[in-house]
Amino acid sequence: MKTIKVLGTGCAKCKSTLSLIKQTAEKLGVSINLEKLEDPQQIMAYGVMSTPAVVVDEKVVHKGGIPSPENVVSWLED
Amino acid sequence: MASFTLACGPLMFQLFTDFASWLVYNLLGLSSRTKLGDALHFFVEDVSKIFVLLVVMIYVIALLRASMNVEKVRDYLAGKHRAIAYLFASGFGAITPFCSCSSIPVFLGFTSAGIPVGITMAFLLTSPLINEVAILLLMSLLGWKFTVIYVIAGMSIGVLGGVFLDAIKAERWLQSFAAEALKKGQLQTDNNDSSATDTTPKLSLQARHQFAKQETFEIFGRVWKWVIIGVGLGAALHGFVPDGWIETHLGDGQWWSVPAAVLLGIPLYSNATGVIPVMESLITNGLPIGTTLAFCMSTVAASFPEFILLKQVMQWRLLAILFALLLVAFTLLGWIFNAFTPLL
Repeated sequence: MKTIKVLGTGCAKCKSTLSLIKQTAEKLGVSINLEKLEDPQQIMAYGVMSTPAVVVDEKVVHKGGIPSPENVVSWLED
Repeated sequence: MASFTLACGPLMFQLFTDFASWLVYNLLGLSSRTKLGDALHFFVEDVSKIFVLLVVMIYVIALLRASMNVEKVRDYLAGKHRAIAYLFASGFGAITPFCSCSSIPVFLGFTSAGIPVGITMAFLLTSPLINEVAILLLMSLLGWKFTVIYVIAGMSIGVLGGVFLDAIKAERWLQSFAAEALKKGQLQTDNNDSSATDTTPKLSLQARHQFAKQETFEIFGRVWKWVIIGVGLGAALHGFVPDGWIETHLGDGQWWSVPAAVLLGIPLYSNATGVIPVMESLITNGLPIGTTLAFCMSTVAASFPEFILLKQVMQWRLLAILFALLLVAFTLLGWIFNAFTPLL
């Protein structure tokens, strides 16, 4: 099972990112371990400056905005 | 772009005047001599004009700056000499797009790259005050002279604020993990000359269009209500406050009006794009330029929610200093511009 983390300090975009990933996973029937990281110290540890960012299995795959639905599908599928 | 706006401005803007006349005088049957008709005409003209300007400008500008990002700015600033780094940081703060909720990660990202606190803050302070949409709006509503004044004022606050924070060694009052990150970052930059490694791929036109479209929806969705509020306030001033009232009661003779405007601006919160219509109406109604600037900058840059966020990386003491710094800076700025307005 994949662990997906959404990094963000709690703005509206971060929440939309989180729910987009959740909904897409449900639609595809993929079970994932979804977490939200809000602690700035942890966000810094990933070297991320523009939030929201998405981390899949400890690898930063996206940062600086709400990801496109196609991207989300590709993270969940491969 | 700018010369285009200036050259075609009056002609293009006539369209909105005509539209407002048609809607208010013909369709609604109000007379231009009544206060209500006059105020409503002003409202319709300004709202329609600003909405069209906003959509066009946000799109065009986003198209151009799609490849700018905070990572590039950090890599660029990390290698720069202090003296010019303040100016560059403030300049980049004006043009780099980032969501205000990213302030903390940006602060930490810059800090862990070894960039001094003052330079990082020059970037973060200028960012809310100036952005390219605000500049173009100012240019079309209030003219280039005022726009230049605004930009100089905003950048001075960023640069001088940053220099001051470094002069008092503000890094003493960071939260301990942020202070450690700064120390580590500075050691690293001393050891290897970090030749900026930019791995962002070049953007295709399609990707730029996608970015610009998203930006337009997002920014417009955020600011349209501020425009309505701002212009509505302006329309009320325009139609119902007697001509000259503001000038007599809040004119530049009253020194206290500047600090009062700054204090009034703190609890109010808006972004630069939304506050410009208010600025236009205040200035055209006779409020001195310095007082208007002080009020608007305080509305845009000194807001409690943002300061509470900064608590995550700064100790109370530094927060208090920063807040006081902004209030003093806005007040001085207001007085200076009021004093020099007669010379312009």
